[in-house]
Amino acid sequence: MTRTEPMLRVRDLHAKVAGKEILRGIDLEVGAGEVHAIMGPNGSGKSTFAQVLAGRETFEVTKGEILYQGKDLLALSPEERAVAGIFMAFQYPVEIPGVGNLYFLRTALNALRKRRGEEELDAMDFLALAKQKMKLVAMDESFTGRSVNEGFSGGEKKRNEIFQMAVLDPRLAILDETDSGLDIDALRTVAGGVNGLRSNDRAMIVITHYQRLLEYIVPDRVHVMSGGRIVRSGGRELALELERTGYAQVEGRREAAP
Amino acid sequence: MTAFADGLRDQFALRAQGPLRLLREAAFARFAKLGLPTTQDEDWKYTSLAPLAQMPFEPGAAAAIGAIDRWTLADSAARLVFVNGKHRPELSSPAPRLRGAFIGSLAVALAERPDLVERELARHADDQREALTALNTAFLEDGAFIHLPAGMVLEAPIHLLYLSTAPGNPAHSHPRNLIVAGANSQATVVETYAGVADDTYFTNAVTEVVLGENAHLHHYKLQEESARAFHVALTQVRHGRDSRFTSHSVALGAALARNDVRARFASEGSECTLNGLYMATGKQHLDNRTLIDHESPRCTSRELYKGVLDGQSRGVFSGRVLVRQDAQKTDASQANKNLLLSDDAIVNTKPQLEIFADDVKCAHGAAVGQLDENALFYLRSRGIGQEAARSLLTYAFASEMVNLVPLGPLRARVRDLVTSKLPAFERLKEAA
Repeated sequence: MTRTEPMLRVRDLHAKVAGKEILRGIDLEVGAGEVHAIMGPNGSGKSTFAQVLAGRETFEVTKGEILYQGKDLLALSPEERAVAGIFMAFQYPVEIPGVGNLYFLRTALNALRKRRGEEELDAMDFLALAKQKMKLVAMDESFTGRSVNEGFSGGEKKRNEIFQMAVLDPRLAILDETDSGLDIDALRTVAGGVNGLRSNDRAMIVITHYQRLLEYIVPDRVHVMSGGRIVRSGGRELALELERTGYAQVEGRREAAP
Repeated sequence: MTAFADGLRDQFALRAQGPLRLLREAAFARFAKLGLPTTQDEDWKYTSLAPLAQMPFEPGAAAAIGAIDRWTLADSAARLVFVNGKHRPELSSPAPRLRGAFIGSLAVALAERPDLVERELARHADDQREALTALNTAFLEDGAFIHLPAGMVLEAPIHLLYLSTAPGNPAHSHPRNLIVAGANSQATVVETYAGVADDTYFTNAVTEVVLGENAHLHHYKLQEESARAFHVALTQVRHGRDSRFTSHSVALGAALARNDVRARFASEGSECTLNGLYMATGKQHLDNRTLIDHESPRCTSRELYKGVLDGQSRGVFSGRVLVRQDAQKTDASQANKNLLLSDDAIVNTKPQLEIFADDVKCAHGAAVGQLDENALFYLRSRGIGQEAARSLLTYAFASEMVNLVPLGPLRARVRDLVTSKLPAFERLKEAA
């Protein structure tokens, strides 16, 4: 039986910023319908990896390749990646005073639709879609009248990210520390929204420092990053093991490696 | 006598007849003596008029003008249109007949109501030391005269539209406006300066505003001159007791423009708000200068100017707040914020606060920044193309000034002007 091409295939990925190598050879395969968790201590390169996937130009890829749906992802600009179906939920969503939240999202959705050759949504149709998706993360309608993330609490910002994801309907979603700064109720709401978006034709990469999020978003695979590499991979039980032993063990193992 | 003044002398001699001859002759003599300012002059340090000085200007012809719809305001109470500085009744919509008010051409007012005009005309703008104000007074001929009697409240704006056209040689015009608002009166005045085509011309406008006790005036100046135009303007305000003046200056056009707003608190308890937005592209040079003179106690001034500079353009902000010894309980704040969109754009910002009273509350500041890379990446990661993302963030920066415009239709107009200045904004027009 031949295995189908995974949605995402990362091979020996190296990346640096300001002359410093942050990613030092990442290998990863993620198939459609799968949820992969990437865990690791601070400074292990998790967020850098997420941003390289989304196309952040601050990081220079020096070696390796990323194939997304069989095509060279590194050749695409951030906006082209979005058109291709990639979405990253930011660890620190950006505040944009002066730009309405819904206006921004409709502009984004219509930019994607236009470039995919689909019909653009008018304001009324978009509003209907947005209201439906807002329910997924229990977002209050007062969000609609505000500027993008301006004055939002940490929890509201993260909910807004998942709301955007629901509207933009990506094929590959990367959640960068979506749990950071959330209390338990907000975490449940956000995780509930993410679970509602799991589907057979969508893959997710969930980046987190803590096992806690994975109690709510149960992954198919867990990877541990350290020193810019994936040093261990396993099932969801790996997350529980890390919870008990901490990251010292994986970091120690890396030091011992030749 | 400078070459520039020399070139204008014959034209002046031809036009020196008529009312106010002595005033104008004296002003021309002062201009001839002062000459055009140079960058040696502290007030003109960042703005060189050398390209203007070399240009042989002629009086603009009374040219035929096509449709003016693109500049008119749908909801105005009255519209006065001037072409190359001269009132054109056939393009204007007359003001409603209001008892005791005059809203019309200054030339007509000088003939019909010299008593109303001469009491205030040329008594507020400084044509003793300011060469360009002197030049305006020397060529004083027409403009708008608005006289509001005590207690008159006009809800809809009065629109003053100054169009320039110079299909042949470069033209110069010197519109002179006088707004006298009686006690407890209220009005909104919009001045639009625009070029009919991409001509080279020089507009040198002066507006004197005299506010009676508790008078309120909203003043808008939309500068959309042609890309080859020179534009110099002064708005000089005298505050009576407890009066309010709010100014919105939007500078988008002209090759070189200098806009001065000066307010003088001649009596207690007044408020002055100066809002400004300047957006320059290509090689445009947009200079903004303000002076708020707190010479009386218990007055409040608020000033916010924002600049967006792209290409090889240059922006200048020079704002002076002077709090004199007797101006106790002054409350003044001033801010200038600039966004540089290219490595070659320049801004010179010079906020100045001079305080000679001891019981005052004053603050000022200036900032120069670039687009936030994080925000750009955020927008692009959602599928918005790079150019559109830059435009959207630029609009977000400028929108604060747009949103300060209280009248809906006028705000929409300012928003359209601002967005038309941004690339790839076609699809982003409903941002506000």
